[in-house]
Parts: sequence; C-alpha cells; structure tokens
Amino acid sequence: MTVVRRTEDPRLLRGMGAYVDDFDPPGVLHAAILRSPYGHARIGAINVSAARALPGVHAVYTAADLGEFNQPAPLVVPHPNLTHGRTQRPLAVDKVCYIGEAVAMVVADDRYIAEDAVGLIEIDWQPLDATVDFRLASQVGKSLVHDDVPNNVAARLEQIVGDPEAAFRNAAHVFEEELFIERSCGSPIETRGVVAVFDPFQESLTVWDSTQAPLTIKNGLANMLGLPEFKVEVIAPDVGGGFGTKIMMFFAEEVLVPWAAMQLRRPVKWTEDRREHFISANQERGQQHSVRVATDADGRILGLDSEFVHDTGAYTPYGMVVPIITVTQMPGPYKVPNYRSSFTVVYTNTPCVSPYRGAGRPHACFVMERVIDRIARELNLEPNEVRRRNFLQPEEFPWDVGLTFQDGAPTKYDSGNYPAGLALCEEIVDIAAFRREQTEAREAGRYLGLGFAAYVEGTGIGPYEGAHVRIEPSGKVLAVAGLTNQGQGHYTTFAQIVANELGCAVTDVTVITGDTGRMNWGAGTYASRALVTAGNALAIAAGSVRQKVLALAAELLEVDASDLELRDGAAMVRGAPDRALTLGALATAANPIRYAYGQAANQAALRLVKPREGAVLEAGQEPGLEARGYFAPERATWASGQHAAVVEIDLPTGDLKFLRYVVVHDCGVVINQTIVEGQIHGGVAQGIGGAFYERLHFDESGQLINASFMDFLMPTAVEVPEIEIAHIETPSPLNPLGVKGVGEAGTIPVAALVAEAIEDALAPFGVRIREMPLSPGRIRELLDEAQA
Amino acid sequence: MPERRRISVTVNGRVYARDVEPRLLLSDFIRHELRLTGTHVGCEHGVCGACTVLVDEELARSCLMLAVQADGASITTVEGLAAAGAGDLHPVQEAFWEAHGLQCGFCTSGMLITTVALLRDQPRPSDAEIRAALSGNLCRCTGYQNIVKAVRLAAERMAS
Repeated sequence: MTVVRRTEDPRLLRGMGAYVDDFDPPGVLHAAILRSPYGHARIGAINVSAARALPGVHAVYTAADLGEFNQPAPLVVPHPNLTHGRTQRPLAVDKVCYIGEAVAMVVADDRYIAEDAVGLIEIDWQPLDATVDFRLASQVGKSLVHDDVPNNVAARLEQIVGDPEAAFRNAAHVFEEELFIERSCGSPIETRGVVAVFDPFQESLTVWDSTQAPLTIKNGLANMLGLPEFKVEVIAPDVGGGFGTKIMMFFAEEVLVPWAAMQLRRPVKWTEDRREHFISANQERGQQHSVRVATDADGRILGLDSEFVHDTGAYTPYGMVVPIITVTQMPGPYKVPNYRSSFTVVYTNTPCVSPYRGAGRPHACFVMERVIDRIARELNLEPNEVRRRNFLQPEEFPWDVGLTFQDGAPTKYDSGNYPAGLALCEEIVDIAAFRREQTEAREAGRYLGLGFAAYVEGTGIGPYEGAHVRIEPSGKVLAVAGLTNQGQGHYTTFAQIVANELGCAVTDVTVITGDTGRMNWGAGTYASRALVTAGNALAIAAGSVRQKVLALAAELLEVDASDLELRDGAAMVRGAPDRALTLGALATAANPIRYAYGQAANQAALRLVKPREGAVLEAGQEPGLEARGYFAPERATWASGQHAAVVEIDLPTGDLKFLRYVVVHDCGVVINQTIVEGQIHGGVAQGIGGAFYERLHFDESGQLINASFMDFLMPTAVEVPEIEIAHIETPSPLNPLGVKGVGEAGTIPVAALVAEAIEDALAPFGVRIREMPLSPGRIRELLDEAQA
Repeated sequence: MPERRRISVTVNGRVYARDVEPRLLLSDFIRHELRLTGTHVGCEHGVCGACTVLVDEELARSCLMLAVQADGASITTVEGLAAAGAGDLHPVQEAFWEAHGLQCGFCTSGMLITTVALLRDQPRPSDAEIRAALSGNLCRCTGYQNIVKAVRLAAERMAS
C-alpha cells in the first residue's frame, strides 16, 4: 500500500488552520446569547434597559425586536406520520421549552461586555413543571412541552414486513427484552461559531459558519433575509469536528448573527462556549425498546417485533429521521423475514435531538445483538453460532429488507460478506486462546470477558453532490466539492481521486470544500456520504477533464487519443515519452488567447496556439481544461463490520478496562487506508464513550447538571485501547469508484459488544445488561442485584 | 472605561507590550490581541487542553490564566515550534504528520505542545507514560491511537 500523507496537515500542524473563531474582520462586534435557565417556563416581562445602557453595547434583541423575521425553522424532513412536528424560532416567544433555548441576543464591542450585558437583562420567569423522562412523557397528566401537542406525542409509525403474527404463532421459541439507551452528544472539540459580514455597497453577505452543510444554510439565509442566493456566500472553513452536531436547519445563532450584521452594518461574531454547547447544541440517543423475537428450534429468526419510544427533545428539527434509521437498520446483517416495528416520538423539555454519529444505528445494533445473545443463552449456543445461522449470505445480494430507508429509497443492501468478516474477526481474536486465559484469570480472581457484535450501515445516501475540476496553466489542479470537511481528510482523499484520473501528483491537486461561492450544488457532509457522493462527482468531473486533455493533446501531437497516456503530469505518446505535453501547457493551449503569464506558459501559448480562421472556439466548445461532475446514487450503499473486544471488570470498583479491541471492516474499495483506519479509531473511541463514560444528566426540572467536561466524561488516551483493524473489500456496484462510507461505522457496534463482553466476564454472577451507557457504579449495582 | 494594565510578554521569542483589561484571559490575549490563532479554545474550563502553551517552559492552560498573570513571562505557542520561516516542521509535528496523528486539527496544537514538554522531560516514554501524559488533552476524532504512535515516533527520532 502506498501511504499518502494528508496534504492539509502541514498547515494544521503549524497552527495555520482557519477555524471560524480565527476570523476577526475589521470592526467586528461580538454577540452573546441569553439562554433559558429553566427547562420549562413562561417568559414574562423582559427588561433590557440596563443591558442597552451598558457602555460598549450596540444592540439587545428579543423576539419582539425580530418581529416577522422570528419565524419557526423549516421542517426539513416532513413525513405524513409526523402529525405534530414543531420547530424552533430564533428567539423564544412566550415560553421556553428547554434549558439553553435562546431568548435574547446582545451585540457589543467585545464578548466580555456582551456577557456582562446578558447578565443585566431582567426576565420575569414563571417556571413550569418539566417533562424530562421520555419514557413517561406521553402519560396522562404530564406537563405539555408544546401546549397544542396532546400527550407530548409528535409522531407514531408502524411498519410491517411479511407476516409477523403468523411467525410468532408458529415459532418454537419467543423471547422478550426491555432495553434502554440514554442520551449523549457529539461534543466536537471546536464548538459552534458564526461570523457574518454584510457589505452594504455590494448588498452581499458573507458568513463563516462551523457547519457541515453551508449550501443549505446559504440558500435558507438568502430566503429569510430577502437576498438573492447569489448575494450570500457561506463558508465552512476548517471545522474542528462535527459528528452530526453541526448540521441543523437552523441553529438560532446561524440566523441571528447574519441578521444582526445586516441591521448594524457591522461584522458580527458569535462563538459558542462549552456550557452553551451542552445546552443548546443538538444531542441524540434516548430510546426505550420493547422487543420480541420468534425463532425456530435451531435459533433461526422467524420474526421480530420491536416497539420503542424515541426522545426528540423540545422540537423535531429532523422529523423522524433517527427512529426511521433505527427501524430500517435493526435487522442488520441478519435475515428477518417477518418484522413489525412501531415507534412513538415524544417531546421532552430537553435540548433538540438530531443525528449524532451513528444516528439511530447504535441503538438498533444494541437491540438486535442483545436479541442474538438472548437466543444464544436460551438455546445454549455460542452467540457467534446464532449470528452465523442468521447471517445474510454473500450470494443473496442485493437483499431487500422490505422497508423505506431514511432517503426515501428502498432499504436494499448492495454487497457484503458478513460470514467471512466474522470468521476473520474470530481468527484474529483466537477464541480458544482467550478461553484458556479467561479460565486462568478467573482462578486468580480476575474477570475477563469477550464480546462480539456485527452491524451494517447504510451510507452514501443522495440526493447528490457536485464537483468542479480545472487544470491551471501552472499545471496545478483545482478540485472543488460542494460539501465540507470536518477532519475526514477530504483534501487528500479527493485529491487522490482526481490525481488518479489526470495522471498527476496528489500534491498538485488543491481541494476546496465548503465554499458556496465555489460550488453551488450539493447537500453536505453527513450520513457517511462524502466519499460516495462527492468522491464520485469528482471522479466524474476529472474524467471529463481527462477526455478534454486527451482530445487536445491528440490534436496537438497529431496522434490518436488512444495512443496517449496521462502520467507524471503530462500527456505522452505511449512508448515515446519524449513526445509529450505537460498538463500546464495543455491548459494554456486550451485557453486560445495567444498569450499567457509566466515564461513556460507563454512559450506554450506561442508554440501551441496556432492562428486559425474563424472563431477560436467552435459552437458549444468551452475554453480551458475544466469540467463539472455530479453524482446522485440511486440508493444507499451498505458498509458492514464485525467488532470484538476483550474487557476486564474490576469487581470491587465495577470499573471496565479494554484489553483488546478488534475490528473487521468492509467499506468497499479503500482509497486511503490510513484515513479509513483513522475514521474507525475515532468512531470506536466515541462508541466507547457512549458505552461506559458519557451520559447527560438532566434533573427533574430539565436542568443539565453535568454541563462541563469536568462532569461529562469523554474517554482520554488512557481509556481508549489500541485497536486492531483488518479489512474486507466488497466493492459497491452502485457507484463508479465502488466505495462505501466509513465515517460512522466505528461507533455503531460498541455498546452492543461491550454488553456481551461484560456479561461474559461476569457470567459467574449472571449479570444481564439491558441498558447503555454503563458506569462503574452501575456495574456494581448490577452485581449486587444479581447476587441478591 | 474599564481599567487597563500594561503588560509585556515574550511569545515565541518576540516581545509584545499591550494594555489589557485585568479580566482578559491569556487564551483570548494570544488569539485575538496577538492574532496567534493556532492556540485553540475548546472548553474554557481547563479540561480539554486545546489551549495548552508553555509559560516559562512549563505546560499551562492559557484559558485558566489571565493575560496580566503572564506579564514578564516567556510563552511558546504552536506557531513557535517550527523555526520561523523555515520549511522544516518540528520533529514532533513531522511525526504527527507521518503517523496521521490529527484529523480535524483542533486539539492538535495542545497535543503538540504537551508532547514537546513530555519528550523534553522524559525522552523515552513507555506507551503507558505517553497515554498518561496525553490524558489531559481531549481528542474527539482520532481515538488517540495515532497520536500515541506519533509521540512514540517522535521520541525515537529525537533520541537518535
């Protein structure tokens, strides 16, 4: 394997990255937000006079000051069953529905003064009972998050595949489980941020936004602010991690800051602090599952019946996307011929829920793998034997699960080899050796456990992405993608794709992402889709440029295009490398104006641009060596994997330590193995956080009582183990590069396999795991309960 | 107007004299007064380590210090690691590049400064010592594995 080092790294390593808070335009003012201190409260009289009078304060805005501009955000993903969808206004009107909801904004000379002024705003709060535990939210008598939404129910959806009733009637065994997954959050190390500059001369707006979807933000802002789309530019520069958290239509500040910049005719900046991130950025994970499985005498699944409650927080900015992903991904790598699923989406007085790395899949995998373990235990089989008996086989693709996926297309797997993956994972682990070690350890009073989990991930969904490739007279190549980069290495992977088409060095390709002035077409970086959509769009654009290069070189070298090859930054006649034209010379010649800047280009122009009769461009011909490309996948492509972990539980404290972590992963064709493995490492670490460390503790009033990194524990270098990775490649037939997404994969199975590993470690005590995340204290409780 | 105090701070070998409010954080001073934006701010309560700098050769979280407390001090930020203007990266930066020790790059400055201090004090650390030394710096992208690998690589290179 050729290791391609990331082209973006020298800049980032020197501290020359450009994140949103690094932009300080001349004359910039600073915003601070007054947020609800209550989970649920009526907003009485607001007195901003002291805040407005503070020296250095330029403006104080409440909902009343915003007037008609203060509209609820669009419901991005409507669905007929989302009967009571509600979205948030930039500033709350009449009442607040969660702690952290924005109520007022101050703009001042600096952030310190702005925060002083926030402290001077007086509000006559009337606290209300809060609905916090989503498991109880729809019960009669619970406080209503939205006064016009009965029982706090936003949506219900039931879906049926096959004939589950018959399957359960005729089953040899039926088992039931109650499972609970708590809420967590993405916590990128860079918080959110927005800088907006309005140019009154051009009547144009430029916004730097730490977002995963600048094109959507741009078009939405133009509409809200009454500007033409072409007068608004949104740039997601270097973004310090996203994990789904930074894609929202719209966070209040993304609307308020540009609006204030237009009102005040001054640049305005807002940078979220960490406490704000905990209470105002979106979160995810809370679901309560009741699941029943029907099997034959050998443990083959005949039917699955899953009912669950999904906590959407105070609003439904993403509609039912997360629970729909849970439903569609629950069968995972297994054949489930008969399947009934129904869910209820409930409101609570907590921050909004939208997809966070994994997005409904970790829950689905946890439930399904707990079901697999239950079958294994009841039938006295190894869990992996139950997995093997139920795996979809490699010759059974394409496989239609029978449900509509989150993108509206069929949930239809394209390729994979799950039995081979599990076999490889078992081989790396060496189960026999582990069992010996486990036995010896137990005799010494140490409790080791082994767990596996298998999962699939629908990746690379549409609608589409756009790309633009151009060769410059210098021979350097510009490659633009409409979507963004939050650390996934797109600058390098995308450059590799373009360089491969054009036969040039990867370092000669400069990739630009996240700049709406450069590319107007696309959706954003989410749902493990960037490589599949934008990667293929770039390959298509570069392929078109390649054809232009070959046609022009064939004409100038007077050979047939089929006799040419592109390598080392030039088009050369096969077998006669001295007959060659560099990409730069060809780019010069493709711009028929007979002069060019720089000695080499000018010489190329003089030599190659011949006088001709008539127009220099034929009708329909374009100058330059450039092209645009678009890729719209017909449906998701399905990545998959099998993870295993060896853990040790310290009995006296209940602490958990990973001794080994093994990943077998299949994301189709691998373009850059180093980057793929880095994505998996990070995903697993986040999964470990979600399984054993991270939990958002809301009290009964909706107050988040651990809103700091002191109290919300993310794993450090000490907790995350060395991860061993092996790859399987089943290319996707659904896109030209054969690739599948990898961004979220690492996170998905971690909770599931940690549960299996803990049960294995504590098998002598009969501990059962039915919830996530766990903690040392909770392990001790479970041990005590099991021994009672 | 709030009171301001004159301070003089040496950052990456250059002396800066400024009038600052006593409440100005050192991290904000470095980033927004001196425009050295390579030092990042991730939590402003001293946990994430993104704002780590060297103050008189000692590791410090610039979000937990006031600029006035740095009066007379000598500070090294990420911009001071590679020789000014030279093409070469510091061996620790080079190792992070080679080992894919960064993804989004936001925690990286703190990781680099922490590593520089670690290898100065303990040139041949064990993996456990590396992980312990990095445990005050949070990274949400890499799972730490390639950061540990980068520190190991830098240690080998710098010791030889």
